[in-house]
Amino acid sequence: MTASMPGLAPPMGLIAELTHRCPLACAYCSNPMELARASAELDTAAWLRVFEEAAKLGVLHLHLTGGEPMARKDLPQLVKGAASLQLYTNLITSGVLLDDVAMAALLDAGIDHIQLSFQDIAEREADRSAGLDGAHARKLAAARRIREAGLPLTLNFVVHRGNVDRTADMLALGEALGAARIEIAHVQYYGWGLLNRSALLPTVAQLEAATAAVEVARVRFKGRIVVDYVVPDYYATRPKACMGGWAQRFINISPAGKAMPCHAAETLPGFVFPSVREQSLAEIWSDSDAFQRFRGTGWAPEPCRSCDRLEIDWGGCRCQAFALTGDATRTDPACALSPDHALMQEAARQASTAPLKPRRFAGAA
Amino acid sequence: MGSNGDTGGDTERAIVRFRPGVKFRFDETRQAWIVLAPERLLLPDEIAVEVLKRIDGQRTVGQVIDDLAATFKAPRETIATDVRAMLGDLAAKGIVTS
Repeated sequence: MTASMPGLAPPMGLIAELTHRCPLACAYCSNPMELARASAELDTAAWLRVFEEAAKLGVLHLHLTGGEPMARKDLPQLVKGAASLQLYTNLITSGVLLDDVAMAALLDAGIDHIQLSFQDIAEREADRSAGLDGAHARKLAAARRIREAGLPLTLNFVVHRGNVDRTADMLALGEALGAARIEIAHVQYYGWGLLNRSALLPTVAQLEAATAAVEVARVRFKGRIVVDYVVPDYYATRPKACMGGWAQRFINISPAGKAMPCHAAETLPGFVFPSVREQSLAEIWSDSDAFQRFRGTGWAPEPCRSCDRLEIDWGGCRCQAFALTGDATRTDPACALSPDHALMQEAARQASTAPLKPRRFAGAA
Repeated sequence: MGSNGDTGGDTERAIVRFRPGVKFRFDETRQAWIVLAPERLLLPDEIAVEVLKRIDGQRTVGQVIDDLAATFKAPRETIATDVRAMLGDLAAKGIVTS
């Protein structure tokens, strides 16, 4: 029914946040401040049903993420179910649990691609940033296993003030490990990342040097390695097309089964996000208030409404507009045309050396 | 394609393949051929679909061109120029190697 609804294109991707559990404690984590406990997670049967509904609805890519998705014991079973539905399975992992046994099980289940996150280039800095001794060595071993299995490898580096000066070395590490794709992603300031914003924001000079390193690598890697680069909104003059537009391409499912247009949407007040425990994905996509609220351009305020870029950036990010202005219906302050743009510049100016607060479950020591 | 200075002749002898992790299939929902790769989705046009259908890990670039020229009864040189440009673009996007 939904797929044939005139004017509403089917979703392209499903982002399945299988769990919030994670052995790492990165201070830039974009998970929400309120992390879901294991007992609240959807079970195997529920996830498999969601994948089946997603495939029927037209979803093509399935992104298995978290938290650490490999903390789910049923991950191979979930991959196998998704692969049988012809979904393209993309595992987004820290790699610290990717031993030989786990790799064999994933391969057998039909995994298509693995994206491995790295915190830094050298062991000491990387392990400190991840909050786990030995993490970096395990990631290097995981990268080799992925390549030996014949799978394409993506390396993901989240960059911030503490490591961004080593961007060129990160790209070289990706090349040495045989990556087909490298992501250099500046921290997105949501969840724990927003909490730690002033300690994580790079300086303008750092940003420019990192951008230059990416440009050099792109020329050198042409035809061999794809480099994707995510710039920080705080130094932008135009906003990002967040999620390709609200509820236009993606459905994000939280560990407990809430369906949202993006993983940070739970921060927005005045929303009731539908649960996949109670509603079908098709109903959620086409009929739910949460998905329709900012879909398209009808909701857009000025200066977006009369802007010729409205259908390029869709007004930017709703969660960022709310986080900075307290009003989710305003233009993303990342835009230089936003009346609130000074808020971003002010935050960049106030960047400080405050200590980082690692992610933790509420009440944990 | 050409990035390492190959001449047209050498390039045509190379076998053209999808890179690991790339899937080319028909999508029933959209009634369209699609290319799926890590974080990439391409919706190839009709001409590109004809080229992609001939990438089977066995044909060389030259054989793909021959087949297209025969199927569409078009001048080989015209087809060759288009195919080389298209494969070069797909190689830069990490979709094929040859």
